[in-house]
Amino acid sequence: MNEAMTVTVNGEERQVDGSSTVLDLLHSLALDPRTVVVEVNREIVRRPTLGNTPLREGDQIELVHFVGGG
Amino acid sequence: MATTVEKLVDSALSLGGREFRSRLMVGTGKYRDNSTMVEAIAASGAEIVTVAVRRIDLDRTKEEGILHHLDPKRFFLLANTAGCYSAEDAIRYARLAREAGFNEFIKLEVIGDEETLLPDVAGLLEATRTLVAEGFKVMAYTNDDLVTAIKLEQAGCSAVMPLASPIGSGLGLINPYNIRLIKRRLSVPVVVDAGVGTASDACITMEQGVDGILMNTALAAAEHPVAMGRAMKRAVEAGRLAYLAGRMPQREIALPSSPTTGMLG
Repeated sequence: MNEAMTVTVNGEERQVDGSSTVLDLLHSLALDPRTVVVEVNREIVRRPTLGNTPLREGDQIELVHFVGGG
Repeated sequence: MATTVEKLVDSALSLGGREFRSRLMVGTGKYRDNSTMVEAIAASGAEIVTVAVRRIDLDRTKEEGILHHLDPKRFFLLANTAGCYSAEDAIRYARLAREAGFNEFIKLEVIGDEETLLPDVAGLLEATRTLVAEGFKVMAYTNDDLVTAIKLEQAGCSAVMPLASPIGSGLGLINPYNIRLIKRRLSVPVVVDAGVGTASDACITMEQGVDGILMNTALAAAEHPVAMGRAMKRAVEAGRLAYLAGRMPQREIALPSSPTTGMLG
């Protein structure tokens, strides 16, 4: 068990396990990876690589999806 | 004597290498509920629907996203960059939208003023050049300004989308002359975006010869969005057909419709 670390997800700080990947984060938030687009530190993380992209202390993560708009 | 039945057959709307039957595109924002939205869009006959890219609300992840209500197999999802005030932001949102995996089209908005939501045309051109180079099919929301429209076409836009009037204003087509001018001078499709308020606005806009219309608030903010969806479908079709039919010349004095001869003595 790695030490917890702090990342920022959609503007809010969250504690995650030190060995978490982006995919782990999505699972912990009950999000379906097929419906989410992920940006870490302003770089898009493509879906096939979510499971092998480790999170790092202080990462700025944006989780976005489509909403109604004109 | 044989009679010839006139058959005017419209061509499909060709956008960025894809063909669409409906010339009406609709947004998905501001509806009072999702079932009204779905019904109104169905009534409008639109195939292209716009969506926005936003943060997921992590406190409400159990809520169904918009795609739960709009089958991506049935509708062509056109993501926008609404709310972006710089080329850099718009490019960022466009890249995120493409990553969602539906298509390479983007309705590009770079807004320059909060009160009017009028576009920042310098930022728009900058973002267009970058996105076109990255393989995006850019549909650019812009002013009804010919020179900007020409520059957008030269920058590689798949469609140019001049406004009828400001976003959400419902003021209708303010400058038909500019819209006709843009349509006459551009080779890429011209789709009027924003400002249409009611069916007559849509009809008059299509009568200018443009290739299509995109609207959101006109449906979403109508008292009865589903009925307005039906009205807009007919208005867009009527305006298009009237344009193809070629209207009669206007004149400032009357011309009798009945014979002037054979009057009683």
